Amino acid sequence: MSDYKLDPNKNIDVAEILKDLESYRPRRRGWHWREPVENLEMGPFTYRDCTAPLKDSVPLPPAHYFDNIDPQPAPVITTEIASGRFEDDIRRMRMGAHHGADHIMVIRTAGQSHFDGLIEGTPQGMGGVPITRKQVRAQRKALDMIEDEVGRPINYHSYVSGVAGPDIAVMFAEEGVNGVHQDPQYNVIYRNINMARSFVDACESKKLIQWAGMAQIDGAHNANATAREAWKVMPELMVQHGINAIFSAKVGIDKKNICLSTVPPTATPAPCVYMDLPYAVALRDLFHEYRMRAQMNTKYIESSTREATVTHVLNMLISKLTRADIQSTITPDEGRNVPWHIYNIEACDTAKQALVGMDGLMEMVELKKDGYLREKARELKERAILFMEEMLEQGGYFAAVEAGMFVDSGIYPERNGDGIARKLDGGIGVGTIYKREADYMAPVTAHYGYNNIAQYGATNPSDLIGGCTLECPEKIIYIDELDEEDNCNVRMAEVKDFAQPNAKLIRPEMEWLADGTVMLTMFFPVEKHVAEAAALECAKRMNLTDCEVISKEIMHGAEGTRIELKGKVPFAIEIDKLVIPEEPDVMSDAEIRADIERRPMRVVCGTVGEDEHSVGLREIIDIKHGGIEKYGVEVHYLGTSVPPEKLVNAAVEVNADAILASTIISHDDIHYKNIAKINRIATEMGMRDKLIFVAGGTQVASAQARANGADEGFGRGSRGHHVATFLVKKRREMEAEGKI
Amino acid sequence: MKRADDYQERRAHLAGLSDAELEQRFWALAEQITEPLLKMGYEYTSPSIERSVLLRMGFSSIEAKQIVNGCIERGLVAHGAGNVVYRLAKAKGMEIREAGLALCEDKLWDDAAAQF
Repeated sequence: MSDYKLDPNKNIDVAEILKDLESYRPRRRGWHWREPVENLEMGPFTYRDCTAPLKDSVPLPPAHYFDNIDPQPAPVITTEIASGRFEDDIRRMRMGAHHGADHIMVIRTAGQSHFDGLIEGTPQGMGGVPITRKQVRAQRKALDMIEDEVGRPINYHSYVSGVAGPDIAVMFAEEGVNGVHQDPQYNVIYRNINMARSFVDACESKKLIQWAGMAQIDGAHNANATAREAWKVMPELMVQHGINAIFSAKVGIDKKNICLSTVPPTATPAPCVYMDLPYAVALRDLFHEYRMRAQMNTKYIESSTREATVTHVLNMLISKLTRADIQSTITPDEGRNVPWHIYNIEACDTAKQALVGMDGLMEMVELKKDGYLREKARELKERAILFMEEMLEQGGYFAAVEAGMFVDSGIYPERNGDGIARKLDGGIGVGTIYKREADYMAPVTAHYGYNNIAQYGATNPSDLIGGCTLECPEKIIYIDELDEEDNCNVRMAEVKDFAQPNAKLIRPEMEWLADGTVMLTMFFPVEKHVAEAAALECAKRMNLTDCEVISKEIMHGAEGTRIELKGKVPFAIEIDKLVIPEEPDVMSDAEIRADIERRPMRVVCGTVGEDEHSVGLREIIDIKHGGIEKYGVEVHYLGTSVPPEKLVNAAVEVNADAILASTIISHDDIHYKNIAKINRIATEMGMRDKLIFVAGGTQVASAQARANGADEGFGRGSRGHHVATFLVKKRREMEAEGKI
Repeated sequence: MKRADDYQERRAHLAGLSDAELEQRFWALAEQITEPLLKMGYEYTSPSIERSVLLRMGFSSIEAKQIVNGCIERGLVAHGAGNVVYRLAKAKGMEIREAGLALCEDKLWDDAAAQF
């Protein structure tokens, strides 16, 4: 076996992951729930609902204010990763895990449901990846390394559906997959697979799911995405959940591993919380023994990532007010493309941020025990019960599906006659179930149903063959590739010059290595058709290829349109030839303090121009923010909206060593104009050589500040010790030059 | 079928139930609906189930498909594809894998059929 290990400062080497796969064995089975920690102390805070922290992670952007803490909320967080190339997804999985995802769900390629058997090798997928043993094994192997890195087990998940459900379930049990979608109703309604075949196969699949300790998620949420008016299928959703839940429990899956895939059915501009909350309450009442996998709404997602994100945060409010054991995330770009790396990460961060932000909420807030909420919840339960009563009157599940009872757009018992009807004697795989003979036998573990092993004198089926692959994994037959052209080796060879670590070339990337994809945001002061055409023309003149407008938002019907556009850059960048600015060097506190003690330093400072912002400058100077005062620098703070002349005059009056000018407002480059003005006045007064002049502000860039006459410029993220280090070094320089 | 919302009339028999009774009724109905489906799963098998048995017996997905298709063609699948391989192996004194591979090569099918 390879001794390859991840280095936190280096890219994962996908080629290394693919080595020795034939001998790789998963190291554990079963689902992992997060471990709650009571009153978790992190940084200056105490958390009520958080779980064991990670060893290594990327915290939320403002975490640097709080010792870089990264609290992990209670629900397992899902990210769905399936770009079509599983080898590129491995890198995204590592990024996702570091942003708090511990449930990696791989979407299957279009059409796999109808593939009668296992797919082998690593062909490229569409809208997902072909789920194969090699692909699963490689990703599980990578996740084993990634989970060691973050310090929390990662659940790996895909789908057990279609006409090869049991084949896939065996492979998943063998390969250490931790979670699956399994719901025969999904096959029937959305994949038109024969009903009898679906339910017979589901028994075997679920038995394997039970054996491997996997968590199972149902498929009911699809009714939501399919129905014309999604909120009207709420009673039926409860019926679908109920059927799959009890069916799974009867086969043997522990109820604690049976998860309902539930989505708040509506979205704004509907009053969605008012409509979705009673449904969420009803569901959690009825299914209190089962787990909730809270999915986000996709039905009404549009191309605005901002709008999608707000919908998703509202969805998580429902999760928080009720219960979510798994919080799934939908990438905010799902309404416009196959999700990109950056949006998987955004979605994970949105979930983490919202749930951590609402930590402890239910200690202060309680849902009302009476009134509209409970009455509506009761009504939904009754409607679901009436639905099932009619199913039985019609002759049971198959008869009800034949009658088109499911996914009807009327809120049951209302019917609009537009449900999805399937025939028991129709669909893919019709006529492919066989009644077992009296001597039927299967000498394997985790087999459901009639199994006459007594005829051979056995009590445990797999004893008959000396153990099956579930006990003796060495019996598994591993197939590497079947297609010489369509496989990951060919794809990786095409972009090998870009493969990190150690690549010399680089190109922007959204989903696949070196795909060259970039996104541009533009505003045009015209109506949307003209704006769209103008955006495409812009992109063409920027030499982008494969350009496509992916989002248009009207700012005003005539005044303007916001456009987001994607395209590809055809060139590659040589990393060695890049000019990379050096990281600001920082002296030790002791060294700075010693230098100020050796020769006291006095500065005058203020926010210049018509600018009332003071927070940034105060952070740089105030002792309580770790500003330069703490090193003993004498600070004369002149306030906000200080005219440049006043700043220079004050420097003369107090005989200052330095001027610190803060400038936030940047319209029309006013910040750089003020910097130039201070430099000019000081020069005219003949004192510029004796004075250090430092400019700062969120929009200030070092090079441009220097070009406009400052000695240095400090932008966003600068701290007192950066400025103090510069002041000390610059003064030493001026001393050496004999200027002071 | 089109039907106006007659929830108020239909619910009459549910109106008097407590929340706990309502929950019980929900699950009793769900069990009643799924019971025949579980029975069907107990009594029937399918190509996918039989392939999954052969996978567990140590055959590749390609081999499993060939053996199951062979069993279906010869009307043997209702005995279990694993059973077919098992009995053939016993009858010929072969290893399980050896017997299955012979069937994949279109050999020994008559001997296999003769076991049933």
